[in-house]
Amino acid sequence: MQIYLPIADLPVNVFLVLGMGLAVGYISGMFGIGGGFLMTPLLIFIGISPAVAVATVSSHIAASSFTGALSYWRKRAVDIALALMLLSSGILGTATGVWLFTELRALDQLDLMIGISYVTLLTVVGAMMIYESARAILRTRHGMPATLRRPGSHTWLHGLPFKLRFKRSKIYVSAIPVWAIGFVIGFVGAIMGIGGGFLLVPMLIYFLRVPTATVIGTSMVLTLVTMASATVMHAATNHLVDAVLALILMVGGVIGAQFGARTGQKMRGERLRLLLGLLVFAVGCRFAYELVVKPDDLFSLRYVGSE
Amino acid sequence: MRRIAITLAFIALICGAGPALAERLVVSLSNHRVAVTSSFVGEELVLFGTIEPDPVTSPLRPPYDLVVTVTGPRQTLRTRRKQRVLGIWVNVDSREFLRVPSYLAVLSNRPVNTIANPDTLRRLQIGLDNFLLPQRIGADFADTVRDDPFRRAFVRLQTQQGLYRESATAVTFLTPTVFRAAIPMPAAVPTGSYGIEVELFTGGNLVARTNSALDVIKTGFEQYVADAARDYGLLYGAVTAMMALLIGWFASVIFARD
Repeated sequence: MQIYLPIADLPVNVFLVLGMGLAVGYISGMFGIGGGFLMTPLLIFIGISPAVAVATVSSHIAASSFTGALSYWRKRAVDIALALMLLSSGILGTATGVWLFTELRALDQLDLMIGISYVTLLTVVGAMMIYESARAILRTRHGMPATLRRPGSHTWLHGLPFKLRFKRSKIYVSAIPVWAIGFVIGFVGAIMGIGGGFLLVPMLIYFLRVPTATVIGTSMVLTLVTMASATVMHAATNHLVDAVLALILMVGGVIGAQFGARTGQKMRGERLRLLLGLLVFAVGCRFAYELVVKPDDLFSLRYVGSE
Repeated sequence: MRRIAITLAFIALICGAGPALAERLVVSLSNHRVAVTSSFVGEELVLFGTIEPDPVTSPLRPPYDLVVTVTGPRQTLRTRRKQRVLGIWVNVDSREFLRVPSYLAVLSNRPVNTIANPDTLRRLQIGLDNFLLPQRIGADFADTVRDDPFRRAFVRLQTQQGLYRESATAVTFLTPTVFRAAIPMPAAVPTGSYGIEVELFTGGNLVARTNSALDVIKTGFEQYVADAARDYGLLYGAVTAMMALLIGWFASVIFARD
């Protein structure tokens, strides 16, 4: 069944888009991520312009992260103080990102910028996750505890001023790295059409030493707010959010996410991280391939304006 | 606007200076309004027409050739060329095509280059190779030679999308003086006003011409959404975000039961 998308200006198969929403939703529920880094390339692949894809995916992520955030909220696994701190700078990061997005679009280099950001982020983060989780799996093989928690170990981040205590997460850290992380996630999310969950979770764990119990729930709250505001900002500045496309993606996404979450809870943490690492790395390599290999067509068209 | 005026003046000049017209074209379009609805997947319009002697007593001079040129609303598009820079493929060069048709179909009963000589075709802008596609070149703008790489790439890309086409079989003569032209409207057809130019040739000369028009419009829900996104961006974004929250909440309520 074909349906015409009013903003993307092309017809798509409803079941194909719904299926994409389901599949990405499943993965996002399983790993506790938004899944934007998978959805945006998929949409571009079926012919939706990168700009519309990035803008629309933000609303899809908002929906699936809200479902996730609600279920984590019920389990009291959300550190609302930490989320609010991250948000205060996250909004600023998103606004900067949307602004840069508009500028780059005018310069014809948006596709390149999106491409390079994906390659760099995904391959680096993917490789780091694979390395870390593989080591954890090897450690369990040798009968040692999987997670190497060293409560006493402090990095230079812990020496910074403006220290704050986050009760739910049981951490005592400076506000500076918290703000920095929030800004980076908001910025990257707006530029790349991703929630940044796959970046935020490792950052919170490795830099701030947030315990696993609250990290995913907190990250989902942050993703929710940044993506909901990115939707509003993209709609207000670029007029590129396709509500019809967003609706189909959301419906598929939230259903998939529920089933994914169940699968995810049955899996061991380090194995889950290894799988996610492999997935992230593979998507990164796919983008690298596109940038490096000679494209089929050296020419491309871009709409400048009517009349 | 001035460009249109000049073109019109030019056309008037050709018609006035041409041979005394002895044929008249009467055409009718199956539908003057293409409505883009949520189930729109493209459409085919049919243009019917007859060739009549003018004045009625004058003789007809078959065989005739007919060219139908359909042009969509004007757009400015940038054609970009990628080149390898430091190992990766980057858009390095671009040309802007100014106010070119977003849709261009040249439909005829046989290949246009067999209908008239190249000069006539060029002058009348018949065929994708002869249609005027002005580019911005520095501060100046002009159409370039037909085998300019950017022009060729532009026409090729538009053709791939089904927006530009040249068909030598789309016009069929049902009798020597009654014809039918199939105008394909692909799913990605831009909305706006379309012009249809019908030109009749015999013996390589233009003997009659007429025109028609059609509108492609978004209707109902599609129109509503597109207008809202453009005119009330902030509100539209807020509603979309609310929709996301509602669906997210709804899913968590449904699935929390079991």
